[in-house]
Amino acid sequence: MSHPSHSLSAPGAPGRVCGTTGLSVCFAAQRFIKLNAVSGIVFLLLGGIAALLLALTRWQTVHLLPVDWFYRILTFHGINMLILWILFFEVAILYFACTTPLNCRLFSRKIAWASFGMMLTGAVMVDYIILAGRADVMMTSYLPLLAHPLFYLGIILVAVGTLTGVFNFFATLYVAKRDGAYTGSMPIVTFGALAAAIIAVVTLLHGAVVMIPTFTYSMGWTAQPDPAWYRLIWWGLGHQSQQVNVCAMVAVWYLLSHITVGARPINEAVCRTAFVLYILFINLASAHHLLVDPGVGATWKIWNTSYAMYLAVLASMIHGFTVPAGVELAMREKGYTNGIFGWVTALPWRNPAFSGTALSLVIFGFLGGITGVTLGTQQINIIAHNTLRIPGHFHVTVVGGTTLAFMALAYYVIPLIFQRDFIFRGVARVQPWLFGIGITMVAFGMSFAGSMGVPRRSWDIDAQGVYGPAAHLWLGVLGMGGILAFTGLLIFALLCVGTLFFGAKIEGRAMADWGTPPALAGSQPGSLAHDHYATKGTIVLTLAFLACFAVYYFANWKALADVWPVR
Amino acid sequence: MSLRPLTTPWFHGPAGHEKIWLGCAILWCFVMSLMMPYWHFRGKQNSTGEAYTVKPADFFARTEKFVASNRVGTFKNPIANALMTELPIVEPPAGGDAYLMGRMWQWYPALRLRKGETYRLHLSSLDLQHGFSLQPLNMNFQVLPGYDHVLTLTPTSTGEFTIVCNEFCGAGHHAMTGKIFVE
Repeated sequence: MSHPSHSLSAPGAPGRVCGTTGLSVCFAAQRFIKLNAVSGIVFLLLGGIAALLLALTRWQTVHLLPVDWFYRILTFHGINMLILWILFFEVAILYFACTTPLNCRLFSRKIAWASFGMMLTGAVMVDYIILAGRADVMMTSYLPLLAHPLFYLGIILVAVGTLTGVFNFFATLYVAKRDGAYTGSMPIVTFGALAAAIIAVVTLLHGAVVMIPTFTYSMGWTAQPDPAWYRLIWWGLGHQSQQVNVCAMVAVWYLLSHITVGARPINEAVCRTAFVLYILFINLASAHHLLVDPGVGATWKIWNTSYAMYLAVLASMIHGFTVPAGVELAMREKGYTNGIFGWVTALPWRNPAFSGTALSLVIFGFLGGITGVTLGTQQINIIAHNTLRIPGHFHVTVVGGTTLAFMALAYYVIPLIFQRDFIFRGVARVQPWLFGIGITMVAFGMSFAGSMGVPRRSWDIDAQGVYGPAAHLWLGVLGMGGILAFTGLLIFALLCVGTLFFGAKIEGRAMADWGTPPALAGSQPGSLAHDHYATKGTIVLTLAFLACFAVYYFANWKALADVWPVR
Repeated sequence: MSLRPLTTPWFHGPAGHEKIWLGCAILWCFVMSLMMPYWHFRGKQNSTGEAYTVKPADFFARTEKFVASNRVGTFKNPIANALMTELPIVEPPAGGDAYLMGRMWQWYPALRLRKGETYRLHLSSLDLQHGFSLQPLNMNFQVLPGYDHVLTLTPTSTGEFTIVCNEFCGAGHHAMTGKIFVE
């Protein structure tokens, strides 16, 4: 070996062997996984407190915040949830995915410090200037709305810091390959993280292109960028960054279904192709936000909103099959072979990492995916644009999907990386359910109110004199779901932070088992490896999904056909 | 295994249930891809994005001229303490142009349209971005300063319709409304 120091199995390597999994953990990676994950959870809690205030304001009966604070907290919520929590946690996932699975150490601690320092400085700047009341512009900061320059500078710093962390990830992968730290092909979890990282680079470059001239404009140095141009490029940042989340979430699904049930991808070639489809076609999604904009024509919209014939949607439908199929196959090999769905009841539903993953998959696919594709259909967007249907959609993708998957991951990350067992394990078992059900109620409340025309980002629905009792009722559902989801989020944050201080140390032994289904007597690992018709339950579930999709999709065309003709 | 490098050959095509699902999924993607061009030619509701650049001052002047020559009455808002208290009601000629201006925080002027007639509705903003949201129909279009967004619109139902703003435009955003009456 030419550079043995980069392998964690080399003598004197700066790492440890995990007492639970037997995998090698690099100390430098471990430190930055901790720093980034904890920062992420702090921003999640901040954004969550904001979420509760917003839910209690849009619940028209409660109507908690005054008008200026509503828009201020809404800006704060968007930034902390969609940008800060997600980006910090994703950097933690990248550092994990490029070291432990490849038996390799992190490329550079200095670069990791630089990345973390820039991200944290930028985050504090943005949060400060929003709460100071100098940036009431929403997360999108659509020009000619103008915020204090610190707002844009903070976002630029967070983006550059994230890019620096992503560079550290790429450099680690390169060195691992060059020095032969592993042989063969990288595992699917690392591959998924790599896809997320590639999309992140493209995304953050869009961010630079749009944020830098906006920052110089806010300083008075340059002319105002065109608002339509701003929307096009901003959504290259805004929508694509959510696809980074989708990629990272899918990688987490593969990771956790493997850890909790022993699942493996049923076909590595198909799974990896699906990740490549994300990389190639997801960047067209910017157009989803411009479907009823002036100045962009039908051909451009149709091609871009369909991600070129829905190839990125196809990728999600592939993962939506292969993840549960891998779980079903693992369960059947363990001997849970009763009927079509016998394996489902034997799944470890009390293991919060498993229930979180399963809920994430179902909420993301059934609710988030179906609504997203439908609302993002060029013409159907006419009856959805800027109504509450839009946040109704993305609260089940990025919250019910990504955030819940990341929460599930924390139930293993904290014991394995911080080496402490969770406190109040009984409460932890309930947490994903509470959060999942709460956020689903939020999304239903938003979607139904939105289909009655209730706008998003609006403090009040009585001043217009057009919204009746049904719309008010659905906003009540939103409010109550918000309380439930916030309770789940608060429990999660308290459990995580409490565990860091009071959890039982587990150095040198295995972590306490959350519960995994045992193999039954007489079962054979790998016995179904060549049976391509063993996933009966999954094919039934996915075909049921497709039926729901078709019903919702065509129901929306019908609703569209009922409004005034327009060209 | 999901967490370990793959050392055995792993590249093989889909088979069995996976192949069935992949086939269904690709077919569905194909159906959805064809729906949009189909609706573009055969459907009646499309956003074509027809737009022209216009200076806010010019759009203001066109709107004022439109109001002056086509005014038919005055709308008084019955909602107490509303930001918009009254608006001129303007009736464009059938098949003609109508101008609707978004500004903080009202849609100006109110329009009177005839059922079954087709109008070219010009939308623009004098200040920030606004959202044209026609209720209770729930038809929504984006309005930008500097762009004259033209909708070729045919009312097919009668009554009083409210235009709500659904793009955030400051503290009075929730109360930014306008009116379209169809007879």
